[in-house]
Amino acid sequence: MDITGLTAVELGKKIKAKEISAVDAVKASLDQIERVEKDVHSFVTIDWEGALKRAEEVQKRIDDGSLTGPLAGVPAAVKDNICTKDMLTTCSSRILENYKPTFTAEAVRNLEKAGAVIIGKTNMDEFAMGSTTETSYFGVTRNPWNLKHVPGGSSGGSCAAVAAQECPYALGSDTGGSIRQPSAFCGVVGIKPTYGTVSRYGLIAYGSSLDQIGPIAKDVTDCAAILTAIASHDPKDSTSIERKGYDFTSALINDAAGMRIGIPKDYFTEGLDAEVKEKILAAVRVLEERGAAVEEFDLSLVQYAIPAYYVIASAEASSNLSRFDGVKYGYRTEDYEGLHNMYKKTRSEGFGAEVKRRIMLGSFVLSSGYYDAYYLKALRTKALIKQAFDRAFDKYDVIIAPASPTTALKLGHSLSDPMKMYLGDIYTVSANLAGLPGISVPVGTDSKGLPIGMQIIGNCFEEKKIIRAAYTLEQTRTYERPKLVKDLAEMKRKEAENNGKAI
Amino acid sequence: MANKISDETIEYVGILAKLELSGEEKENAKADMEKMLDYIDILNELDTDMAEPMSHVFPIHNVFREDAVSQADGSEDTLANAPLKKDKCFKVPKTIG
Amino acid sequence: MAKQYETVIGLEVHVELATKTKIFCSCSTEFGKAPNTHTCPVCTGMPGSLPVLNKQVVEYAMAIGLATNCEISKICKFDRKNYFYPDNPQNYQISQLYLPIARNGYVEIEAGGRKKKVRIHEMHMEEDAGKLIHDEWDDTSLVDYNRSGVPLVEIVSEPDMRSVDEVIAYLEKLRMIIQYLGASDCKLQEGSMRADVNLSVREAGTEEFGTRTEMKNLNSFKAIARAIEGERERQIELIEEGKAVVQETRRWDDNKESSHAMRSKEDAQDYRYFPEPDLVPIVISDEWIGQIRARQPELQTEKLERYKKEFDIPEYDAKIITGSKHMADIFEAASAICGKPKKVSNWLMVETLRLLKDQGMEPEEISFSPENLAKLVDLTESRAINSSVAKEVFEKIFAQDIDPEIYVEEHGLKTVNDEGALEEVIRKVIADNPKAAEDYHSGKEKALGALVGQTMKAMKGKADPGLVNRKLREMI
Repeated sequence: MDITGLTAVELGKKIKAKEISAVDAVKASLDQIERVEKDVHSFVTIDWEGALKRAEEVQKRIDDGSLTGPLAGVPAAVKDNICTKDMLTTCSSRILENYKPTFTAEAVRNLEKAGAVIIGKTNMDEFAMGSTTETSYFGVTRNPWNLKHVPGGSSGGSCAAVAAQECPYALGSDTGGSIRQPSAFCGVVGIKPTYGTVSRYGLIAYGSSLDQIGPIAKDVTDCAAILTAIASHDPKDSTSIERKGYDFTSALINDAAGMRIGIPKDYFTEGLDAEVKEKILAAVRVLEERGAAVEEFDLSLVQYAIPAYYVIASAEASSNLSRFDGVKYGYRTEDYEGLHNMYKKTRSEGFGAEVKRRIMLGSFVLSSGYYDAYYLKALRTKALIKQAFDRAFDKYDVIIAPASPTTALKLGHSLSDPMKMYLGDIYTVSANLAGLPGISVPVGTDSKGLPIGMQIIGNCFEEKKIIRAAYTLEQTRTYERPKLVKDLAEMKRKEAENNGKAI
Repeated sequence: MANKISDETIEYVGILAKLELSGEEKENAKADMEKMLDYIDILNELDTDMAEPMSHVFPIHNVFREDAVSQADGSEDTLANAPLKKDKCFKVPKTIG
Repeated sequence: MAKQYETVIGLEVHVELATKTKIFCSCSTEFGKAPNTHTCPVCTGMPGSLPVLNKQVVEYAMAIGLATNCEISKICKFDRKNYFYPDNPQNYQISQLYLPIARNGYVEIEAGGRKKKVRIHEMHMEEDAGKLIHDEWDDTSLVDYNRSGVPLVEIVSEPDMRSVDEVIAYLEKLRMIIQYLGASDCKLQEGSMRADVNLSVREAGTEEFGTRTEMKNLNSFKAIARAIEGERERQIELIEEGKAVVQETRRWDDNKESSHAMRSKEDAQDYRYFPEPDLVPIVISDEWIGQIRARQPELQTEKLERYKKEFDIPEYDAKIITGSKHMADIFEAASAICGKPKKVSNWLMVETLRLLKDQGMEPEEISFSPENLAKLVDLTESRAINSSVAKEVFEKIFAQDIDPEIYVEEHGLKTVNDEGALEEVIRKVIADNPKAAEDYHSGKEKALGALVGQTMKAMKGKADPGLVNRKLREMI
């Protein structure tokens, strides 16, 4: 049986029906990892033995009837900025190279309660700062669709692992698009929930007011089931919000009748790749055919989202990352003279270039004399952006946008010009600033064979609307469903094929 | 309105951020920051006078804990990852008295 | 003629609140445990941990704000204060800058016979830092986070004080108010109350303030007094020499009785405050303020009036006793047990104050229990012991909180009320002192005193002096 080809929910059903055991499921994932990992490099840590042991324990609880949920026994991977007790949690940074947390993040605990078997920790841009997974201290992750391309980021490891079938699903985190953009690049589905829906307790903070954990999986059904498992009101997270209901699977309805869809004209202008635009508009037409009312509108303020985002995220990051100082955990420099020299050398050696860049910017915009001009200005802009979305959601149930201006770029392309990388976040950062939920769903491939993702943004607390729209689209697909990469040989063949095309 | 970041500013921000940059890194940092600030300056086109600075997106407030002790001896976990420790304390270079 | 200078002083007073748990986590605030035992991921800044505010902190802060006539903010928020130091595990302190919990208050003080208001600029909540222990052995510092995250309020006064006396009066008043509220024990020695002094001098009669300095590390009233005098002298000297006072933070060394600047290149004092994204705002309703107001305990002025009325204690005595919440608590508890408030008051006013003064102690340091004081009052009132024995026993109570009943029993200090034995001794005393007896008969009343003394001596002090007196007159 092709276990790794199954979705998480399909696999869960077979485990429940005793067709497959939890141990078989983990073994299948580990086998696939063994096959493809040296080329894709999705993981920072793979817990070979621990995963099998946990699978046995989970199987016992399935057998005795104490675990009955749809994800019981299904293997999962977790982004490496989410704390797992006694399992390395590095944020893909040298400064946390050897860090083993003493507690597990609430979202992971929720997954474990649902019977998930965590098999390892996925690669990412260092401290989630980047959109390519190239800023990882442990080396790049490659896009399974074409190994010469990036998987996107910062949850690139999680998305690549799902696309390469190394695990049925993974957790990611999204501060400015870090779930949605790599999901689009890797042809998988990812949800960034409403701020406050999934506990941030145990998520190593980048931009605290923007960060959310979310699911990454092969289809919308999986994402809905995973979100149902991880979302909770957590008293340990003061920004966690008590929601009316946590069952998101009830929104898996194949019908868009009466749905009002807004298309922000300002998202479909120059800068957006023509193929991406075409595929997205084709997908919108599918929803229209299924009964949705589609209308173009001016969202406004689009060009201000990125500067506001980088001011806020960098400022918060500069403070959040000050705790990494060589005193309590993580890396400490070998030679130093005195306290401040120890701090400086530890941090300068422990952090990579992109992280330092953002810490410097964040420290500057908060420093004496600049706070009002930069930080307060950005917070005011954020308020205006939120108002613009409020107005849009008075008229529309969901807003449809690209997840990224292009498909996955070639490795090394973005690092040379950070500004260019920042501009790639244009369609995703607004949802973080306004706290909105967004889902990225595959809508086909470009001429290079790389996946194209479409983003559906909902109003606060209206995950169900975006799930319904995405599910309807998925069920009514008029394009070929992107085939996930199965084995190395196929990957190599594709690569050769694409190289041939490029020439 | 091109921003100019001086050597002193980079030095100063390095002190705040506790980062030690090499000569080349400093030059890069200056260039990067100038570029970013030039870009961020487009916010000045926007009239934000009427908008209250928004730090929290949702109007939730008064999230509290009750004053009840629930932690046992945490020293082992607290010190588990310490790069240097002594006498159940973290060991650091001498601080100024 | 030498110029006259006026000292202008404002205080930043930090008070550790008497909550059971820390401000943002449920670790105990208990003092004096082994290093890092009262710690968790939150108060040690572990990656991924998040703060959750202790409601009691807000309520204590509101209570202090109300008792110091502050306006309580309807909306208050926390901010991050960013600076690197190892006692601060996150390298930022969660504090309040932009919207503190209380503002615009005052307390009334009395110094040098004059009453005066010291205004409070603002009061905010924040977390305490850990403790740094200097390790002489290998010249490093050791960090203990047991105190990290203990709740503090910082009370910032206006620059309204002009002398050491006013500063001490202000601090004593604040301490009394806070102790009465039960919001803190305010022990300077243990650091649960700490004061930073902002001081400047100006020529008498001028309006403009001089440049101020901030003095830290002051952990007793004496240190505060010395630091103020020292800094005043230092600033005047600079001005007289035509030099400028530099605005800076200085650390007082009470052993050397001098201060030094805490400046360093690495300490930019640019704290980059911004709203704490991990905590949500606190909205304080009128109802909530009303509840806190209704719950306020009896404060000193109310207690003083009640003592006068209920116990018939003189104003002066009532003022002294209520001047310390601790002493007032002992007074009330002991009075309730023995039912003799005036006697209890006497022990506090005379012997207790004498011993405190002799030993240079504060009323807060009284360590005896009201039960033992009440027993002593009963022993004296029932004439089981005489007053000189009682004083001796009280010294033991004061020092070691001994049980006076057991102590008197074990040391055989009970007054001997066996009249036969007494008469025998008296007969002997009279016989041995014929001169004194003769003098008494010839009208020299004084001579009796000598005989009483001789008798008491012979009885080893354990006789009731009144009884001795009466018997002597009868038998002589």
